[in-house]
Amino acid sequence: MTMSPFTRVLLGLCCLLVALWLVAPTLVVVPMSFNENKSLAFPPKGFTLDWYANFFSNPEWSSSLFNSLKVASLVAVAATVLGTLAAFGLDRMKSASAGWLRMILLTPMIVPGVVLGIGIYAVYLDTHLVGTLFGFVVAHTMLAIPFVLIAVSASLEVFDKRLELAAASLGAGRWTTFRTVTMPLIAPGILSGFLFAFVTSFDEIIVSLFITSPYLKTLPVQIYSSITRDADPTVAAVGTILFLATTLLIGLGLVLFGRERRT
Amino acid sequence: MSGSDASTPARSDANPDRGSPRSGGSAGRAALFREGWLLVLPALVVLCAVMAYPLASIAVRSISQPEWGLQNYAWFFGTPVNLTVLQRTFTISAWVTVVCVLCAYPYAYVMTVVGPTLRVVLILCVMVPFWVSGVVRTLSWVLLLQDSGAINSALRGLGLPPVRLIRTQTGVVIGMAQVLLPFMILPMYSVMKGIDLRLVQAARSLGARPSRAFFSVYLPLSLPGVYAGAIIVFILALGFYITPALLGGPRSTMLSTLVQTQVLSLLQWGRGGAMGVVLLVATLVLLALAAPLMRQRHKKTGAR
Repeated sequence: MTMSPFTRVLLGLCCLLVALWLVAPTLVVVPMSFNENKSLAFPPKGFTLDWYANFFSNPEWSSSLFNSLKVASLVAVAATVLGTLAAFGLDRMKSASAGWLRMILLTPMIVPGVVLGIGIYAVYLDTHLVGTLFGFVVAHTMLAIPFVLIAVSASLEVFDKRLELAAASLGAGRWTTFRTVTMPLIAPGILSGFLFAFVTSFDEIIVSLFITSPYLKTLPVQIYSSITRDADPTVAAVGTILFLATTLLIGLGLVLFGRERRT
Repeated sequence: MSGSDASTPARSDANPDRGSPRSGGSAGRAALFREGWLLVLPALVVLCAVMAYPLASIAVRSISQPEWGLQNYAWFFGTPVNLTVLQRTFTISAWVTVVCVLCAYPYAYVMTVVGPTLRVVLILCVMVPFWVSGVVRTLSWVLLLQDSGAINSALRGLGLPPVRLIRTQTGVVIGMAQVLLPFMILPMYSVMKGIDLRLVQAARSLGARPSRAFFSVYLPLSLPGVYAGAIIVFILALGFYITPALLGGPRSTMLSTLVQTQVLSLLQWGRGGAMGVVLLVATLVLLALAAPLMRQRHKKTGAR
């Protein structure tokens, strides 16, 4: 579309501002994490690494990180298995009822978190699952299945079914076909589903706030209670570490995928 | 992202036979169908155990505690404070949606016209908030907006009077809109990148002014993306809890906070449940009303 220079500059400026709005606010935690004052007031003064040391040495913080990693890993595995199976199942059915089933399986994405939270809390109180690893993993798995389903369905959608037919016609059994043809081709979808499931669980806060107990806290719950309870700059250090970790992961992913595509 | 998912069923309905060369007759198809059910079953069991059953138990509590009857709903709709909060929840969600549409539209458009390198950068800018922990992002907004925060200390440095941002509706809207913006940009982008720009050129060559070409050709073609994004953002905003809880004050309480207070602080399961049911029903009704708007996309761009 031909645009006047004025429109072009205006659009560019809008775009730049929105991009800044998306990314910049997160960066504010970085300077705060080196703050010498024990407060989260701006501007930060001096330079210290105490809050980072506190994060790794304070058992409250380190155990919550450990819990989150444990829960998220289990959830990623469980949700990937269940979500992939469901994606295959829906792909087989290809009918009106499959459409309904898919909608039902995606509902956890739109049900308001607090409603889900009080519901799960009520059920967990009755079944003594509040504050248990099993309780966390099951609840987070339910929340993560939609993301796996979407990722795997998307790669099944573009997957050419005739390849399976070709393998079968050449004498491969169903399991061999799946292992050597289907699986490698939809692996990127499964992998991204796995990552989404991990992140969903690692980041989940609302349901976790309801089913947590002093004995089992995940990192987001710990961050939330720290923000609401006191102005401990350790949260800024945690935020910085999480931000750096995800940036590194994404960068690594980009480099790896980029190289794969080139070769 | 969810916009395209909600419409997937419609797409598979359109050609149910696509990609099923193996299913020879109706018997083969029935076998595949059974097999499909078996594969979906485990996920469905988890969903029933930790979503359907808990939601049902909340609905039951809302009409059974402290005693059977509709008194909890009567209380909810009969108390002015609750109605104010209900109305405020919708108002804040609407503002968030408006802000998101206005910011996302130019951004998504620019994404479709820039070169590939810049596009990757722009996509990364959208995805980064997805990857950064939601609680940390809200914490960042607290640091920016609070009375001793970055914005106010910058204003003080410039010799300007401070503005009150935290514990106001404005602060809540700013924070929520940033968190929800990616959900608006992605569906808009996926629709916009499918628009044939030669149509706009044709309008221009036939003598339309640039603004006329935009409003009568480009805008209508991009509307399905706007609808899809707006619906997702509005629905997600209705159920927001963390951002309003941390950035808002007593005068910007949203329904989710009220539900939490009733259940955890006052142990009023019946009242909290009734509020939860109202919130859930509002969400589902909106989604059902909006579904036809989102499906329009396939009719309009289906010809391509």
